[in-house]
Amino acid sequence: MTRRPGLGIGGGLVILLFALYFFAPLVSLVVASMWQGGNRYDLSAYGGVVQEENFIASFKLSLMLAVETIALTLLVVFPAVFWVNLRAQHLRSFFNVLSVIAFIVPPIVLVSGISGLYRGPEWFVGTPHFLVVGYTVLAIPYTYRTLDNGMRALNLQTLSEAAQSCGAGWGTLIRRIILPNVRGAVLGAILLILTLALGEFTFANVLLYQTLPVYMSYIASTRANESSALAIMALLFTWLAMYILLNVESRAARKT
Amino acid sequence: MTELDPAEQRAFAQAVGPVATLRRLSLPHLDGLTWLFVGPLFLVLLAFMVLPAFSVLVGAVRGEGGHFTTKYLAMLGQAQYVTALKNTVLVSFWSAVLGAVLGALLAWVALGPHSPPWIRRPLMSFSGVASNFAGIPLALAFLMTLSGTGVITKLLLAVGINLQALGFSLFSLSGLVLVYLYFQIPLMVILFTPAINGLRQEWQEAAENLGAGPWLYWRRVGLPILMPSLLACATMLFGNAFATYATPYALTSGNIPLLPLQISAVMSGNVLSDPQLGQALALLIIVIMLITTGLYVWFDKQSSRWRV
Repeated sequence: MTRRPGLGIGGGLVILLFALYFFAPLVSLVVASMWQGGNRYDLSAYGGVVQEENFIASFKLSLMLAVETIALTLLVVFPAVFWVNLRAQHLRSFFNVLSVIAFIVPPIVLVSGISGLYRGPEWFVGTPHFLVVGYTVLAIPYTYRTLDNGMRALNLQTLSEAAQSCGAGWGTLIRRIILPNVRGAVLGAILLILTLALGEFTFANVLLYQTLPVYMSYIASTRANESSALAIMALLFTWLAMYILLNVESRAARKT
Repeated sequence: MTELDPAEQRAFAQAVGPVATLRRLSLPHLDGLTWLFVGPLFLVLLAFMVLPAFSVLVGAVRGEGGHFTTKYLAMLGQAQYVTALKNTVLVSFWSAVLGAVLGALLAWVALGPHSPPWIRRPLMSFSGVASNFAGIPLALAFLMTLSGTGVITKLLLAVGINLQALGFSLFSLSGLVLVYLYFQIPLMVILFTPAINGLRQEWQEAAENLGAGPWLYWRRVGLPILMPSLLACATMLFGNAFATYATPYALTSGNIPLLPLQISAVMSGNVLSDPQLGQALALLIIVIMLITTGLYVWFDKQSSRWRV
């Protein structure tokens, strides 16, 4: 007795209820962003909110932190992943426990630990750049996994031996051989860190810096339409990043 | 975006094995070149992840003069912190149980052996995005939907249903559970799908050949096999909800005491108190997360018996 693939009435109903639950908040967010009181609906909140001084300042701050986080994270993770794949396989299990520790030490614990431990120097700890440290720690597990997946797909051993027997040094090997081959993974990692850094709320809110999400929550209670517009723009950006990421990943999967 | 993403949680599952074997590993001999490549990552993790976690532990039991004290741990017994712990456990528990049950149902209906293929890819992509959809935008979306002036609230009012009169409030524990489910259900779909795919057609056929109907098959074969991974996924959801900060902060402005919110209140100076109290609270979260992880490891071991 085998059933034909199909949802059936019960299955269809279940899917419909879930779809209602998942789409109602999104639709409401769009409606709220366009509501101007009474029966007036337009898109002016989108234009208005992005021209505001406080928005621009918080957006600039978030973008700056994101760029710094991308740089720092790639700088420490890329060489490590490269080396673990090429020579130090025995270190793999040490880095595999990263996601477990990240689970046990969630951001709110991390921020209280980091700010309790590091009280100086003031020129670093007293500025928003200090946030980059926390963002980097949050980004490391994702970045490690993305780069590791990309690099595992390469035949690193053969590639590096071939390059070195042709006289290439470490620098040339990484720049000319490895990087071009893991471009997709690096791009994926950059997108992940970017969305993470632009959306991070815990660190910035606890340490009292007005990043984009903190600004969003700040105007949430007073200006419903403008904060909704911001939330939609943030969502669209995240979805775009995820879409690119999925495409990059599936292309990489097809290649191997 | 501060919550763990699903792929990360799958990696978590793979990493559990190494955690168990870590005890047997001694620190391997590292040469200079290895230090050059791996050292920076080691140092960053040590300085900003491992040491801060330990400083929480130490800070929670260290008095003003540096001596051992249980003063701050004892302060956790104050009514407000007991309430916060109770609330956090309640919200996490219910969002984990409902998220696990509803997520498993959705995964079974949409991704099980009888489901049409066209639904798989969109659902998996959506789950990937929605399980990451936490924080301020999520809180805002629900505020616009179900708060006093929300779109659905007004729509329902127009057809004569008054949510408020029915006792529903978005700014309550059940309201929080409803919001958390938005990322818990998709996370469950992603975590649980491998278990569903692991359920073999042959087992059902064998049961049918022996005369079992669908009910008997589920009660005696299907559920017992799926139960350990169902519980493993549910513990993961529990931990995921327990540490959630941005969503409840934006939703309730801290009016419902939850542990993560209490830490930030203590630290940002909204409440006059010692920083050590914040560390004692953080320590409490670490302990709960450790217990959760331990349970996860145990359930996961049970479920791996059926993996081939």
